[in-house]
Amino acid sequence: MDKTWNNKAWFLVLPVLVLVAFSAVIPLMTVVNYSVQDTFGNNQFFWAGTEWFEELLRSDRFWAAMGRNLIFSFIILAIEVPLGIFIALNMPRKGWGVPVCLVLMALPLLIPWNVVGTIWQVFGRTDIGLLGYTLNAIGIDYNYVRDPFDAWMTVIVMDVWHWTSLVVLLCYAGLVSIPDAFYQAAKIDGASRWSVFRYIQLPKMQRVLLIAVLLRFMDSFMIYTEPFVVTGGGPGNSTTFLSIDLVKMALGQFDLGPAAAMSLVYFLIVLLLSWVFYTVMTNYDAER
Amino acid sequence: MARIDLDHIRHSYLPNATLEEHFALREVHHTFEDGGAYALLGPSGCGKTTLLNIISGLLKPSHGKLLFDGKDITRLSTQERNIAQVFQFPVIYDTMTVYDNLAFPLRNRGVPEAEVDHKVRETLDMIDLADWAKRKARGLTADQKQKISLGRGLVRSDVNAILFDEPLTVIDPHMKWVLRSQLKQLHRRYGHTMIYVTHDQTEALTFAEHVVVMYDGQIVQIGTPAELFEQPRHTFVGYFIGSPGMNFLPAEIEGRAARIGAQRIELPGAPALNGGKVELGIRPEYVRVGREGMPVSITRIDDVGRHKVLRADLEGQAIAAIVGEDAEIPAEPRIRFEPAGINIYADSWRVEMQGGPASHGGKGA
Repeated sequence: MDKTWNNKAWFLVLPVLVLVAFSAVIPLMTVVNYSVQDTFGNNQFFWAGTEWFEELLRSDRFWAAMGRNLIFSFIILAIEVPLGIFIALNMPRKGWGVPVCLVLMALPLLIPWNVVGTIWQVFGRTDIGLLGYTLNAIGIDYNYVRDPFDAWMTVIVMDVWHWTSLVVLLCYAGLVSIPDAFYQAAKIDGASRWSVFRYIQLPKMQRVLLIAVLLRFMDSFMIYTEPFVVTGGGPGNSTTFLSIDLVKMALGQFDLGPAAAMSLVYFLIVLLLSWVFYTVMTNYDAER
Repeated sequence: MARIDLDHIRHSYLPNATLEEHFALREVHHTFEDGGAYALLGPSGCGKTTLLNIISGLLKPSHGKLLFDGKDITRLSTQERNIAQVFQFPVIYDTMTVYDNLAFPLRNRGVPEAEVDHKVRETLDMIDLADWAKRKARGLTADQKQKISLGRGLVRSDVNAILFDEPLTVIDPHMKWVLRSQLKQLHRRYGHTMIYVTHDQTEALTFAEHVVVMYDGQIVQIGTPAELFEQPRHTFVGYFIGSPGMNFLPAEIEGRAARIGAQRIELPGAPALNGGKVELGIRPEYVRVGREGMPVSITRIDDVGRHKVLRADLEGQAIAAIVGEDAEIPAEPRIRFEPAGINIYADSWRVEMQGGPASHGGKGA
């Protein structure tokens, strides 16, 4: 088929280009601008070249935050994806249970992120929080303000509570798109419950799972609001993830240059890891 | 392979159905003989898929029993019934290879791998997909996928029956013929009991030895394609089978003759009537157009290629006739009915005519 070349089409995409330029490209360029300069009061700028980048890549603080963030993302993916699939598999397919389950599932997603943080901050408090008080009352020493392990647990459980629904809803959408004939054929073929999952449900959910994993990875790798509200990055630096560290550096210390360099590196890492995830999962898809 | 008895099966999708119209299947009492090729033919919503799902065990009938070789299996699960079913849309396990797709039902039943290999290779040859064994099932065409669905049934040597639920719906027209003849060959060679649900009369008539015509939750006629054509038991069968369908003309019976308006038509025998609305049925193929007989006015002529379909008006009734491609149609056309093609219906059901053309009025010997 011959392609028609028509340059007038550029005018049709122009609004999007302008929008993207103002919302993404121009802000990104200002960050690039900061990252290669040193600033002093009175709006004085001095050329710094790659100095901030070199400093960042040598800084233990950055790699520690990165390590914490990777561990966090890995843990919540390892919990939310299987749990989401499991819940989606057990949700009703018809009847009054469907809207009830869907609304229940959607509820956590509808709550603003800082409110989620506040809910868990209060919930976990040992003096007035239902969770914190109860745990201590039954003899479990729990205090997310003092104990790094407890802080991690709280942040992870909060994220699972907040975001597993997204995985559930995506998987459920994949599951309900499977025609009945597949289940009937599987019955006739004598397939076990596991085979039905492995050969019918999982392949049909694969595309939505790819989206779910990508979204959850990107979101968790960039997580800021909820742990900031609950733990503020503490105790110590134990729950200081990359974005919390970034904000501390940029707004707390007002080190615009290093913070800009970190933003760019951070952005590239998210981009790179997302690309790796996507490529691996789509290649896997093509091979099968 | 098995004989399948449907013993007064009734089914309703509503719980506690009492009224007749609540039943998707009103009453079906029929035997599918071992090794027979049957077609269930009927319009959408006539209950044919319901009946099929009852046989396969995907549905439990509200009333009645189902027997395989005389054994009551009404309460058995699909798996225990040991049947195969091919669905309207091809069902394949797309992450598996063609080979693994066919091996799947055997492996699930714990068949030893050596035997699995033997059976799968045999089946691959049967369905002509031997060259594709190592390929992923995902990239195949619709007809190949449908063959795999069929193959998963054929691979199990002990299946009681193979059921088809409009299996050619998504297949390209030219492949439909190929698949249908392959299916017929398989049936002749291996003798599985096959039940084929379709709303396409051509499919039903070419595939099956016995066509079961269903209408409104009931079986209205079971017969060979020729019987359905020559002697439809119910006006629905006459209308549904044939292109165009049978002509039905309201008539009055006077002994061995029928009266349609001012016209009198001699019948081969005297119909045994018990009142009711009487109609004379004649297929367009048995309506002769010429200079003799009853006057008609022609409303339309459709040329369908091999022949022409003539639409006319006889005594205020629409009537269709099939005439040859080169047939000459006179300026003042008249029609007559071939006596062998005349059927009489009372309240939509066919009535026998007593006494053939040779005997005069007396009861048939």
